[in-house]
Amino acid sequence: MQRIGVFVCWCGSNIAATVDVHAVAEAARHEPGVVFSTDYQYMCSQAGQNMIIEAVKEHHLTGLVICSCSPRMHEATFRKTAANAGINPYMVEIANIREQCSWVHKDMAAGTEKAIILAKAAIAKVHLNTALTPGESKVTKRALVIGGGIAGIQTALDIAEAGFPVDIVEKEPTIGGKMAQLDKTFPTLDCAACILTPKMVDAAQNENIRIISYAQVEEVGGFVGNFHVKIRKKARFVNEDVCTGCGLCTEKCPQKKVPNAFNLNMDNHRAIYIPFAQAVPKVAVIDPNYCTMLKTGKCGVCAKVCTAGAIDYKQQDQIIEEEYGAIVAATGYNPISVEKFDEFAYSQSKDVITSLEFERLTNAAGPTAGKLLRPSDGEHPHTIVFVQCVGSRCAANAAKGKEYCSKICCMYTAKHAMLVRDKYPDTDVYVFYIDVRTPGKNFDEFYRRAVEEYGVHYIKGMVGKITPENGKLKVQGSDLIADKQLHIDADLVVLAAAIEPDKSARPLATMLTASMDTNDFFTEAHPKLRPVESPTAGIFLSGTCQGPKDIPETVSQASAAAAKVIGLLSKNTLKGNPCVAQSDEWMCNGCSSCANVCPYGAITYENKEFRMPDRSTKVRRIAKVNPAVCQGCGACTVACPSGAMDLNGFKNNQIMAEVDAICK
Amino acid sequence: MQTITRDILLEKAASLLASGTVNRVLGWKKGEFIYDVTPAVFTNAEDMYRHFTFDCFCGANFSKYLIKETQKEGKVLVFLKPCDSYSFNQLLTEHRFDREKVYAVGIPCDGMMDASTVKALAPEGLTGAERNGDALILHTLYDGDVTVSYADHLPDRCKHCKSKKVVAYDEMLGENGEVTDAGRFDEVAALEAMTEDERFAFWQNELSRCIRCNACRDVCPACTCEKCVFDNPGSGVENKAISDRFEEKLFHVIRAFHVAGRCTDCGECSRVCPQNIPLHLLNRKFIYDIDRNYGDYMAGAEEGSRAPLVNYQIADPEAGEVVSGAGGDKV
Repeated sequence: MQRIGVFVCWCGSNIAATVDVHAVAEAARHEPGVVFSTDYQYMCSQAGQNMIIEAVKEHHLTGLVICSCSPRMHEATFRKTAANAGINPYMVEIANIREQCSWVHKDMAAGTEKAIILAKAAIAKVHLNTALTPGESKVTKRALVIGGGIAGIQTALDIAEAGFPVDIVEKEPTIGGKMAQLDKTFPTLDCAACILTPKMVDAAQNENIRIISYAQVEEVGGFVGNFHVKIRKKARFVNEDVCTGCGLCTEKCPQKKVPNAFNLNMDNHRAIYIPFAQAVPKVAVIDPNYCTMLKTGKCGVCAKVCTAGAIDYKQQDQIIEEEYGAIVAATGYNPISVEKFDEFAYSQSKDVITSLEFERLTNAAGPTAGKLLRPSDGEHPHTIVFVQCVGSRCAANAAKGKEYCSKICCMYTAKHAMLVRDKYPDTDVYVFYIDVRTPGKNFDEFYRRAVEEYGVHYIKGMVGKITPENGKLKVQGSDLIADKQLHIDADLVVLAAAIEPDKSARPLATMLTASMDTNDFFTEAHPKLRPVESPTAGIFLSGTCQGPKDIPETVSQASAAAAKVIGLLSKNTLKGNPCVAQSDEWMCNGCSSCANVCPYGAITYENKEFRMPDRSTKVRRIAKVNPAVCQGCGACTVACPSGAMDLNGFKNNQIMAEVDAICK
Repeated sequence: MQTITRDILLEKAASLLASGTVNRVLGWKKGEFIYDVTPAVFTNAEDMYRHFTFDCFCGANFSKYLIKETQKEGKVLVFLKPCDSYSFNQLLTEHRFDREKVYAVGIPCDGMMDASTVKALAPEGLTGAERNGDALILHTLYDGDVTVSYADHLPDRCKHCKSKKVVAYDEMLGENGEVTDAGRFDEVAALEAMTEDERFAFWQNELSRCIRCNACRDVCPACTCEKCVFDNPGSGVENKAISDRFEEKLFHVIRAFHVAGRCTDCGECSRVCPQNIPLHLLNRKFIYDIDRNYGDYMAGAEEGSRAPLVNYQIADPEAGEVVSGAGGDKV
């Protein structure tokens, strides 16, 4: 029989305001096996932990039930306390009476009743707890960064700087990401290329960094410290090791009508191309959807002009398999498609553009060589209307758009407006906004400069309708402060489209078993305490894949993620989780259901000889779990038809005892 | 279609025994009554000539017997009807017996009678029954010979036959058929069309007759656990199974969950139930739901196939998209 101590935490008023903590401690005292029960203001404090240690010694406790916050918050804390008190850390059970009780209930009586039930369930479970000892596993000292934008580059550089090898997997033919497409950056107005491209070159030259461009992660196996990843490197039909990036092929290729994705399809490049001048790796790539040679077998101009002999029309996709200790997701964002917002006439007029298209139109390396010209007729626009929050901050039940604020649009719109007024003072610039949000160092000053020094007309209100008419865009919007409708004849309208996570993030999250929110942003383990880690061990988050952020924030987070990775990779071994599955070989049918559902490949089978009760021998196929690989997800225990598979720390009978305690 | 007769099977078995291909034969022998045909293992041709029988009451699915039979020395001959062959494959998928130790002979089937059907047709004085083409002739004490249509009086599992194709065999006798699926989900649809209360009342009426003889579990080719959770006090399942108002409800619900995705819809559970509970409907409801949510899947149709419930696909419906119940209600 266990000697159980129950410790009920007030969590200040977090729990105590809606749960009668004395009543919970009192009710727990009468449960079988409970020899000590108390409550305290902050159980996680030093004084609270000492109280637990004292009680263990005084009452010879063998099992502890802590009624407090979520185990995700302080289970580790109280396990350490138990170890300090001299009992096995896995003899601790947490009854979550905060997140799942006091925070969701307003009624004290109901909250208390539920807290008592949760405490009883934990007591019932701890009766069946057994001492567990974690095993150890080795750490592969190599990191994988998925995504080669500014976030991925920064993370990789920092990890490499600490001396660990790191691979960047980038799905485009070059690293650089969205930042490479930008013109100038707020609030300092330094040019994006000037600060990004040196970093790209650093990454390429760093001997600890391997850039695997034009590639995608295809399969992820293993666990923290020991991930096994399959990467598909797409055929670019150009030998990367031989191509010098001279660009001759990209001038001679006869197929000129390939939409230039880097310039958001506002101009064309050839079927063989280098995405932009500072691309890394600076290697040409053939678009097989347009290349005449690949489609019909006739042409071969690029091969003829290439003096290096780098063209290889027979190149195949290549599969790279590698072991990693840590994986960083840095998959970035995309502006949403604004075509469904009919009111802004994006599909009807070439002169309604998105902010990212605007970046390309003002970029010296863009389709207009930096001259701000209307896409429809190449004329200089004299009246420009910026519309903010297109698809951001929509109602939760809206048919289109996102509920969240995209965070960066206020600042880049201020930047765009300011730059236009600076370069073309004869231009009238209007910005329609709901709110202007400028929380950041030197951000508000920047925005006010746009208004006060550059004379940008900021109008509080939304644009209701844009109608293309006689080469003009009739903009109808409301000015909420003046309380009247405005009609503006604009030459160019720029939509600040909401941003959303890249489409590759969702399937990647599935491969990584990393959790996501409903918007497909990766979820952090804790928004305040573990903001750059995924709840899945060994997976880290960098940049906008975790939530909208600007470049300064992205780079900070990227370095933070790198620090976490370095911390992990500097360990030689990792303590495993002893809560792993194990199979009762007498009950196992060898049916493979468990191995089929195991996401970690932790289960194998062997034929084992059994002495049967009648003294005969029988060879049976039975499951074996590799405890170093098992992550304790419990999928196998559910799939097992005979109940042979069980999970340490969460045994079927423990779960059943909890349910019984709740239903009693 | 060539009619498979006792003689054809006898001849095949005798030759395989004689050639040493097999040393045992899984077959049928006569029981107390005409409809009580019983599975039996024969080790020589003489015994077979004396006791082996094959008629329209040989519905028993032999696949499950192979788990024990393949533990013995030598190969065993098994006759597989289409239904049986699905269970055969499913058991192979689950590595439950050694394929090398079985010689499987596929035989076509156009439906087997069962005891409760003929007993219902001639409640008193039934002395015999035989099939003659499309006719079922019942010999009775009081009414003489009663002739009825064979096809019209088949039990439900054969009326709504899922397949006439033997999907696993070393050798096929006669001509193999095709996958049929004769409206077997109509009954599920009828159940779904009921209101919740009606459906509860229906199952209460059916399941409260259960005497917990365990025949359904013992015959079920998906129920092959080394130790069944209902026989294992440590599992904590048994006491849950009987803790409700009509006590055997949860036994059958738990069993249906255990075989979900693995049930080959052979209908043996309903055939052997002495209380005539239509148990196969529980399993068929699962199959219907799996088909609707994850695409058509027939357990045992292919050896080694992954049942959708143990095979995660990115395209699988998310929570809230899963369809169950009448009219495609989402749950």
